Amino acid sequence: MLSTVLVVAPLVAIFVYLVYKGASSLNLDFFTQIPKPVGEAGGGMANAIVGSAILLAVGSLIGVPIGISGGIFLAEFGRGTKLANAVRFTADVLNGVPSIVMGIAVYSLIVVPQGHFSAFSGGVVLGIMMIPTVCRTTEEMLLMVPNSVREAALALGVPNWRSVLAITVKTASPGIITGCMLAFARVAGETAPLIFTAFGNVGRSTKLSEPIAALPLQIYVYAISPYDEWHRLAWAGALVLIMLIVLAVSLVRYVTSRGVMKGAS
Amino acid sequence: MGVGIEVANLNAWYGANHALQEINLNIPANHATALIGPSGCGKSTFVRCLNRMHETDPIAHVTGTVLIGDLDIYKDANPVEIRRRVGMVFQRPNPFPTMSIYDNVAAGLKLNGYGNRHMLDEIVERALKNSALWDEVKDDLKKKSGASLSGGQQQRLCIARALAVDPEVLLMDEPASALDPVSTAKIEDLIFQLKAQYTIVIVTHNMQQAARVAEKTGFFLNGRMVEFDLTHKIFTNPSDKRTEDYITGRFG
Repeated sequence: MLSTVLVVAPLVAIFVYLVYKGASSLNLDFFTQIPKPVGEAGGGMANAIVGSAILLAVGSLIGVPIGISGGIFLAEFGRGTKLANAVRFTADVLNGVPSIVMGIAVYSLIVVPQGHFSAFSGGVVLGIMMIPTVCRTTEEMLLMVPNSVREAALALGVPNWRSVLAITVKTASPGIITGCMLAFARVAGETAPLIFTAFGNVGRSTKLSEPIAALPLQIYVYAISPYDEWHRLAWAGALVLIMLIVLAVSLVRYVTSRGVMKGAS
Repeated sequence: MGVGIEVANLNAWYGANHALQEINLNIPANHATALIGPSGCGKSTFVRCLNRMHETDPIAHVTGTVLIGDLDIYKDANPVEIRRRVGMVFQRPNPFPTMSIYDNVAAGLKLNGYGNRHMLDEIVERALKNSALWDEVKDDLKKKSGASLSGGQQQRLCIARALAVDPEVLLMDEPASALDPVSTAKIEDLIFQLKAQYTIVIVTHNMQQAARVAEKTGFFLNGRMVEFDLTHKIFTNPSDKRTEDYITGRFG
């Protein structure tokens, strides 16, 4: 009971405080307008919401397939090999690299050669940050699938690669999806790596080749500004960010839970 | 129809452990053959050599010859192909947990790219009837998951899954050891019916079971096959002193 309270309390406290500080600034304008110049009232974060969605989509497109393939390799094909140990070690180190260092790395690898900040580079950095979480949870979840299930498939004359994809990965898929959601939620709030890559944008750009706005960036800029109006918008932005993460996670859970039968474990 | 199995000079290892030594025997087609012996004697390893499952363990290897019908399985066939001709039922029921009853039975065909829906329906029905499970599950084939069945039903589901790919040989590795007596009796009845169509090799701990279902019985001890003969001869008048000691309960 106490531990339940201890686990839930911080989340509830953050959420309640965000609602208290941010809800009053939430209105239709917030979701439809772009930021107004200092001194003008109103304005919203429509561009940042869209921008975050684009960045996270690009990031997931990069991070989820690479991470899942890496996890499948670690658990199913590379077990015990030197290459697998190297991959696992790399993933763990990557997980520990501070996000700002990731940002600088992608800045020097993509932004500098291209000569400009871009949504693409922001998506790349988020994608790279997703890889280790997705990879390692995929591996863990696959290792939890009992060997008897693999043997059953092999004994039916199913080729190994097919058995892995159609049976083992499918059996582990609820856990793998949870891992992807964890990674997604984690990078959704990343600010530091985006400073050097997506950069932020006060306009409504949706082009991958141009700088793009993002909720965490916008919150950061507004929160350190000296204007009360911007502070209120920053709180509202934080509230929206949290709600979008919860929404995205719930949606994926709902979609993937349909079709999985009751009684299946 | 089933085919006979000829095994010559079969040796198998797990790492440095010489698990099977110089096994020679002929298993007759369309009969049930039982393999008995104490735990760790190599009987399970032996059946896993008959469909090349033994080598799925990276530290395992095999030498010798196994002929399934006229196919030399260690020489001129790939393991995946062989496992379609030699089905296997394991000690613990292992249905695919995320699949419906129907999909469990159809899995072997679907995963090998067999997509004709009408034929699949027929094959699934026939396999479930052959494994005496049809009447119990026909109403919720696609509604219930394989994992929601009872242990005995799950094991018959696994038998149906093996039968659906239409093998010539059915290997059963202690198929009833995790089941209650009623389910065990059902599996034994099933073996009786199935040997009309398939060659059956059953590993068992239970000597009464071997006596009930099998025409021939082999006794394994410490990685060697001590004796292989007609079942009633093994149980009434064994030629080897060690067989006699085992079946009279002096060890094992």
